[in-house]
Amino acid sequence: MLSLRSGGSTILKKRHGVTEMNKGSKLAMGIAAISLLLVGCGKATSSSSSKGSSSEALSGKVTAVGSTALQPLAAKAGANFTAKNSKVTLTVQGGGSGTGLSQVQAGAVSIGDSDIFAEEKDGIKADKLTDHKVAVVGMAPVVNKDAGIKNLKMAQLKQIFTGKITNWKEVGGKDQKIVIINRAQGSGTRATFENAVLKGTDAVKSQEQDSNGAVQKIVGSTPGAVSYLAFSYFTNKLQAVSIDGVTPTDNNVETNKWKIWSYEHMYTKGTPDKATTAFLKYMDSKTVQDSLVKDMGYISIHDMKVSKDAKGAVTQN
Amino acid sequence: MEQTNFQLKKQDAQSHEWDARLHRATRATRKDWIGRGISYLCIGVIILVVASMLWFITSKGIATFTQNHVSLWKFLSGTNWAPDQGNIGALPMIVGSFAVTFAAAIVATPFAVGTAIFMTEISPNKGRKVLQPVIELLVGIPSVVYGFIGLAVVVPFMRHLVGGSGFGIISATFVLFVMVLPTITTMTVDSLRAVPRHYKEASLALGATRWQTVSRVILRSATPGILTAVIFGMARAFGEALAVQMVIGNAAIMPKNLISPASTLTSQLTTGIGDTIDGTLPNNALWSLALILLLMSLFFNALVRFIAKRGQLKNGR
Repeated sequence: MLSLRSGGSTILKKRHGVTEMNKGSKLAMGIAAISLLLVGCGKATSSSSSKGSSSEALSGKVTAVGSTALQPLAAKAGANFTAKNSKVTLTVQGGGSGTGLSQVQAGAVSIGDSDIFAEEKDGIKADKLTDHKVAVVGMAPVVNKDAGIKNLKMAQLKQIFTGKITNWKEVGGKDQKIVIINRAQGSGTRATFENAVLKGTDAVKSQEQDSNGAVQKIVGSTPGAVSYLAFSYFTNKLQAVSIDGVTPTDNNVETNKWKIWSYEHMYTKGTPDKATTAFLKYMDSKTVQDSLVKDMGYISIHDMKVSKDAKGAVTQN
Repeated sequence: MEQTNFQLKKQDAQSHEWDARLHRATRATRKDWIGRGISYLCIGVIILVVASMLWFITSKGIATFTQNHVSLWKFLSGTNWAPDQGNIGALPMIVGSFAVTFAAAIVATPFAVGTAIFMTEISPNKGRKVLQPVIELLVGIPSVVYGFIGLAVVVPFMRHLVGGSGFGIISATFVLFVMVLPTITTMTVDSLRAVPRHYKEASLALGATRWQTVSRVILRSATPGILTAVIFGMARAFGEALAVQMVIGNAAIMPKNLISPASTLTSQLTTGIGDTIDGTLPNNALWSLALILLLMSLFFNALVRFIAKRGQLKNGR
């Protein structure tokens, strides 16, 4: 019963799809609620016969919209979830963290996926939303292999992205011009990177791409290119850069030795319905966290030895 | 007297009966009504859709000025585009859009007119059998494919040829050139075919060579049609989003030359819309960009009508 609508060509179209769906989903939720009641009534009379299958009553429609970084995990977990709960219809869509947050705030979807804390986004009333952290994503600077760079100091990285350093030879690489590829303004990945590296300074104006995939392709093919990517997007055409000698690995993220990482959030508004609650519980379960999350290149929320709040303050668990 | 009166009355009654019969709607008439009703309904729906879209985009687009109190002049003439920091100077995108549009039209028009002349005057047979299908094929290729080819072929080629990163106005021009070529060619072919046969025959009868006939008679009398074709091509180039976005580099900076990354209204829209929150300045600013696009396409349409009118006058003389 899982329907996937992802990676469409135009975001506008996607957004449109979202709003259209919402009307449908409200209607469907109404129907689901009624059928839930009916099922419940039937249960009351024949509860003795259908013992041990209480999960059968779980039905409804869950729509998760937002972050494209979280989308693959949400989609896969959603497929597994609906395989077990065939009466639940679960839809996972992309559209960006901003879309996810504004849609869930508007009450249009059950879950808003986001790479960033709701508090970090203007126009979102974070106190009205409930945060469910479902995974952690580590990000690292990546450079084209030709540049001859494997390690940078944090200060150097900052100087590169603020336009102070413009040639790789200044940081021990080849005599090659630095081509900065940024993510779009307002992107969750960019916000995470800038919080950890630029710390409030504005990045120099440069190329902007709207997805991890585009960045991966362009950095791989453009000499002197530098950008940043989630760990799961590393390929052998790219050189992931260590910072101050710390390598970008899951273990280093878990202890916060590697500073550039963010939570993947699933936000809900008010009291979520049964199906949504069950799905969120499933996302946090060992089945998902210990296998699926790791298989797909994310870091399990259970493995984290530190926690970070919306202001970026890190505390030991 | 009595007799005639009676006869008259009888006639009157008869004619009344006939009148009623004649005035009753026949089945065919009723079908006519239904047909007309359906047509009106369809037109009504279309008008409603267009009107509501105009209203929607306009109301969203002017929110930047009415709600966020950004001055229109600052929006149109500012060169700093950083919506997250409250700076929304749209000039770099406006300039970028016009630059790629005009460049593509300038490059494509000679090729399109040349092809059209070949197809109509020089070798109509080959034109119909070989060129027509080729051009129709070009129309049918989705823009994402053009963008992908641009990214994989044109960008590295430009990097090799002129240096830099390869992303920029020149790559976008190259991709758009191929995309608008079929539009301009097919419409030019139509307008060349519409040139009255006797113009050509008269010219040839006066002893003009084929070249003289084509260049001084046929092209001249088809000029309004060719201009319309070029403007339609420009409208397509102006509105193209995906392919341009993939090759132009999306840097919201004033284009200094043709080979450095720039951005267009459309590329900024597709890159940014997913990361903004409804009702905030960054989102409203994007709607304002959409409004500019809409106004420009209205302008292109008006221009086409204007040229068509003037062309008619000229032919009438």
